[in-house]
Amino acid sequence: MSSKQDIDELAQREYKWGFVSPIEGDTLPPGLDEGVIRTISAKKSEPDWLLDWRLRAYRRWITMREEDARWANVKFPPIDYQAISYYSAPKAKPKLESLDEVDPELLATFDKLGIPLTEQKMLSGVAVDAVFDSVSVATTYKAKLAELGIIFCPFSEAGQEHPDLVREYLGSVVPYSDNFYATLNSAVFTDGSFVYIPPGVRCPMELSTYFRINEANTGQFERTLIVAAPGSYVSYLEGCTAPMRDENQLHAAVVELVALDDAQIKYSTVQNWYPGDKNGKGGIYNFVTKRGRCKGTNSKISWTQVETGSAITWKYPSCILQGDGSVGEFYSVAVTNNYQQADTGTKMIHLGRDTKSTIISKGIAAGHGQQSYRGLVEIHQKAANARNYSQCDSLLIGDECGAHTFPYIDVRNTSATLEHEATTSKLSEDQLFYLQQRGIDMENAVSMLVSGFCKQVFRELPMEFAVEASKLLAVTLEGSVG
Amino acid sequence: MTAPLLEIRDLHASVGGKEILRGLDLTIQPGEVHALMGPNGSGKSTLANVLAGREGYDVTRGEVRYDGEDLLGMAPELRARRGIFLAFQYPVEIRGITNGFFLRAALNAVRTARGEDEIDAFDFLELVKDKMKSIEMDPKFLDRSVNEGFSGGEKKRNEILQMALLEPRLAVLDETDSGLDIDALRIVANGVNGLRSEQRAVLAITHYARLLEYLVPDYTHVLLDGRIVKSGDKALALELEERGYGWIEQEVQGPGAPA
Repeated sequence: MSSKQDIDELAQREYKWGFVSPIEGDTLPPGLDEGVIRTISAKKSEPDWLLDWRLRAYRRWITMREEDARWANVKFPPIDYQAISYYSAPKAKPKLESLDEVDPELLATFDKLGIPLTEQKMLSGVAVDAVFDSVSVATTYKAKLAELGIIFCPFSEAGQEHPDLVREYLGSVVPYSDNFYATLNSAVFTDGSFVYIPPGVRCPMELSTYFRINEANTGQFERTLIVAAPGSYVSYLEGCTAPMRDENQLHAAVVELVALDDAQIKYSTVQNWYPGDKNGKGGIYNFVTKRGRCKGTNSKISWTQVETGSAITWKYPSCILQGDGSVGEFYSVAVTNNYQQADTGTKMIHLGRDTKSTIISKGIAAGHGQQSYRGLVEIHQKAANARNYSQCDSLLIGDECGAHTFPYIDVRNTSATLEHEATTSKLSEDQLFYLQQRGIDMENAVSMLVSGFCKQVFRELPMEFAVEASKLLAVTLEGSVG
Repeated sequence: MTAPLLEIRDLHASVGGKEILRGLDLTIQPGEVHALMGPNGSGKSTLANVLAGREGYDVTRGEVRYDGEDLLGMAPELRARRGIFLAFQYPVEIRGITNGFFLRAALNAVRTARGEDEIDAFDFLELVKDKMKSIEMDPKFLDRSVNEGFSGGEKKRNEILQMALLEPRLAVLDETDSGLDIDALRIVANGVNGLRSEQRAVLAITHYARLLEYLVPDYTHVLLDGRIVKSGDKALALELEERGYGWIEQEVQGPGAPA
């Protein structure tokens, strides 16, 4: 059948973000010891307390075992942590004063990725911080944001220029001892973004960080910290890509969010790391710890994630609902095709009174993909009148993939109200045929049906990213129906 | 005489290895309305699905030419773009896609194939509301998910709306009249009549002659055991309504054949 041929052709289409940029890198040799950590800290001219914090994390990490973090429903061979390089930076001038000083090859790379860093070319209303391997290479609209007192800068710069804020909040949501990967990150993290929104300020544009892994045999260990002061609001988006390589590369990031009284943080991720080839060779191991603390009363944190890439995704963006009346939300679309594996979900920890959480998870598995939703809703003793609504839907495309749901619930207060709904369905031949009979081709029909399935999540994304996410999903699923 | 719009010759088709159509012949000229009647299991819906190109309906012998071209080699969406429209007996529900979005996507797919420009959101809204008015359908159905939670009658009306928008050259109605009350039936028939023209043709598959009081056929065919065994005009439809199919079975098998 001709539509089958089309699909086969589409399946051969490659990961279009898989190129390598010919940029000379300043890369540390593989291996990890205290010396490496001191070197990283020195390269970033960090204050002593930050180096101490890293070293404490490192000393904790060497006592931890990776096996203890292996409870997720994913399979992969042991990782040789001494074979990874923990620092890689494009060779450039030591400090960039403006975008004109950025290596043109770097600008070209981000341009090719669809992330133009020259401000006049930017999507209006989006400020971007671009992280290339281990360092931040450019941050746009910085000056404009500074007028409002908003800090949006590379993490390494924040350590030097805003040490008090960083010191107060670093590790306050994800302590350095949290888990194997987060502890490793705490020891070796190289860059990322730091955001501070002052009291009562509504950030007028989307803040965005774009992560790119370029060098071979490097890991990316970025750290993002966002602090929203009382009554403030910010919407933040991260995107990521990496070249196609046969070896697996490790990405172990940490994201911490802190929302004070009446503050709101909306954090959206469109994750498109290289997923490996169609036989499951190569790809990024995306082992990420993301957590937000609704510290103030009536504060709110929303996580929205669209996870289409990576060989393995292991992440559970969570909310600690500490302030009374605080709200946590988690909207997730995760897609696994070919041999991708994803174990993802959230934790909603209700500590304060009248706290509310919503979980909407949409998992799509195609090819040989394996997909798990893992979630925990914990209602503590003092969390009177806590409410949670969870909905986990899985869509299967083909008959060699798998979807699994692991919902955990722990309730210590009888006034809590919890609802949980879960469904698993297969992509319907009847629906496909119906759309085709109206002139819509197979590829568009699949993408329409999948978008429809994900609609509850997509509508939480900023407009232009919703369109992007929808397209990305279509690309990821190409060749999955035939 | 003009070239036939649809020409079916000696069509054999099976579903799941079981032969359902056994040598069906049918020719439809532009401008004609054909009614296809027959008892349950005679192959009416199979014919509709074969014409639309649904997977699982295997043509084992014979040929179908549409507008002079081999139809059976075309992908379902190509057939749709060339003007073949199937009004489904059981339209599926599609959650998460609004009816309005779906209708515009379908219309633009067909328009693009016809070499016309895509219609923009405003012009589309004007057009679709106009069509909805003619079939007495509330515009609120544009914002609802495709067919989701629609009553049986609303689903059928939605099929007619799609047909009115896409303006097919050959509309195949697969028991579109089943489950409709008399008002809905009238509206649906009006919708189809509104589309009748010298260039277009309709193949109405039905159990009952009821529809044919509003949608007057030029020809009526009786399908029995996968073959057309009798053809006539509107009068044949009325006779079938009155007398059932038994007499035709006997006529076909001849006197003395086992009942």
